[in-house]
Amino acid sequence: MTGNPIPTCNETPAFVFAPWNLKDTDMSTPYYVSPEQIRQDKEDFVRRGIAQAKEVVVLEFRDGLLMVAENPRKTTFKISEIYDRIALAAAGRIAEYEALRVAGIRESEIKGFRYYREDVTAKWLTNLYSQHMGAVAQAWDAKPLEIELLVCEIGIPDASTHSGTQRNQIYHIAFDGIYSEEEKYAVIGGRATTITELLEQRYTDGLEMAAALQLVTETFQTVETDSEDDYEITPETIEVACLEQTAERRKFRRLSTDEVARLLS
Amino acid sequence: MLDLDDYGTSDFLQILKRRHPELLAMSDAPDAVSRAHISESSLRSYEGTTVLAVVYNAGVIMAGDRQATEGYQVGERRIQKVYPVDRHSAIAVAGAAGPCIEMAKLFQVEVEFYEKTEGMSLSLEGQANFLSHLVRSNLALAMQGLIVLPLFAGYDLKRQRGRIFKYDAIGGRYEEDTYYAIGSGGKDARTTLKKRYTPEISRQEALESVAEALWDAADEDIATGGPDLIRKIFPTLYTITEEGVAEIPEATVEELYRDLISRLM
Repeated sequence: MTGNPIPTCNETPAFVFAPWNLKDTDMSTPYYVSPEQIRQDKEDFVRRGIAQAKEVVVLEFRDGLLMVAENPRKTTFKISEIYDRIALAAAGRIAEYEALRVAGIRESEIKGFRYYREDVTAKWLTNLYSQHMGAVAQAWDAKPLEIELLVCEIGIPDASTHSGTQRNQIYHIAFDGIYSEEEKYAVIGGRATTITELLEQRYTDGLEMAAALQLVTETFQTVETDSEDDYEITPETIEVACLEQTAERRKFRRLSTDEVARLLS
Repeated sequence: MLDLDDYGTSDFLQILKRRHPELLAMSDAPDAVSRAHISESSLRSYEGTTVLAVVYNAGVIMAGDRQATEGYQVGERRIQKVYPVDRHSAIAVAGAAGPCIEMAKLFQVEVEFYEKTEGMSLSLEGQANFLSHLVRSNLALAMQGLIVLPLFAGYDLKRQRGRIFKYDAIGGRYEEDTYYAIGSGGKDARTTLKKRYTPEISRQEALESVAEALWDAADEDIATGGPDLIRKIFPTLYTITEEGVAEIPEATVEELYRDLISRLM
């Protein structure tokens, strides 16, 4: 049977396609697909995309949060500043990430302008992203976003807590908007599980920035050495940024290649 | 879902005008405001000011007094009239205090929004031009007597020198090569600077001239506040150099004034 198999009604149909997965041979009568199957299909589709994505690691060090990505490019970044205390890191399709990055900056600035700068929080931003990504992933006629995000916030010095600072926050958002709160470190990208396992063994609290950066690059190198094509981790092939407690209002800082080389030497 | 339509706009003001016009007292078409009859006596706004900027051999100094007046009364003794904008620029405002503070805040957000979305700082010239639009969009309020006049200064990284821009009420932008002062005491401050200014003036000499200019302005103009040695309120002074914007510590400013007073006695 030929013809356009895509239903034209605007309501969500009882039978659902995953049109992005259709091959020519599939063009037959619409068939029933269970919700579990739809979710699984979408997840498989995204996983194939993310599997190729290079990793981004966020980890807590003595003065804040360090963010490191495998990224040899000089002007397209995977880590960026969102607001005073908030940064965003992503693995996956740059174009899809870019739209969310700018939307995050915009919504944060609007909220901060309307209320107060400290009212803009990572939790709020995470929910915003989560709702958006969830809605896209659930839409029957749209392709889910092939990205994973880490929303990071450096804690506010607060006399009421024992440690003197509110703790740092790291939220990991999956393609379907489901998010989880991570402690101490978080990894996204194709080989995130392997890197997380390595960090579990090697991570210690209160690292200096140089030590934290060395830990991440060693972990990257271990993973790369194990992979088929040998790829060397140098200051030129990684992107490094941090949220630093010692900075003024804007805590985000991008480290130059020279600075990274100095820290690694 | 997140509104992704605004992608590509680095102009925060446009986004606010379109999505949240209620947040802007100064937008182009607030009919309610422009039609309302605002008499000067019924609207008790704080005004009266001296703010100035002086180019010196390493950059530019920007300073302002701290007093806001309400008719013949002191309205506020510690008001801030100089605001850092980005790492290499600052804005000082004179006029009706409410709209002044809003313009400074909006301008700062605008420049930072541009920097974060575009991934690079807006050039000093670009900032100066954008400020023209902001002043012009305040025209409706200016016609009601709620005038806002900014003075803008920064370190131009490309040209390697400090630069000063002044504005008229309809957004005209004019560059000053040496020094300028605006506000009710602006003329008196300019007279002092005219006598003391030399090309390639050193930092220390420039700071002394600025302190003296603000002193003279406060001496001649009732709406400009002088140093308050009892309450420990001193004018705010900022230097803007290649290294960035830095506030002169209060203790240093106090010392400048104690020296000045002992010379005058």
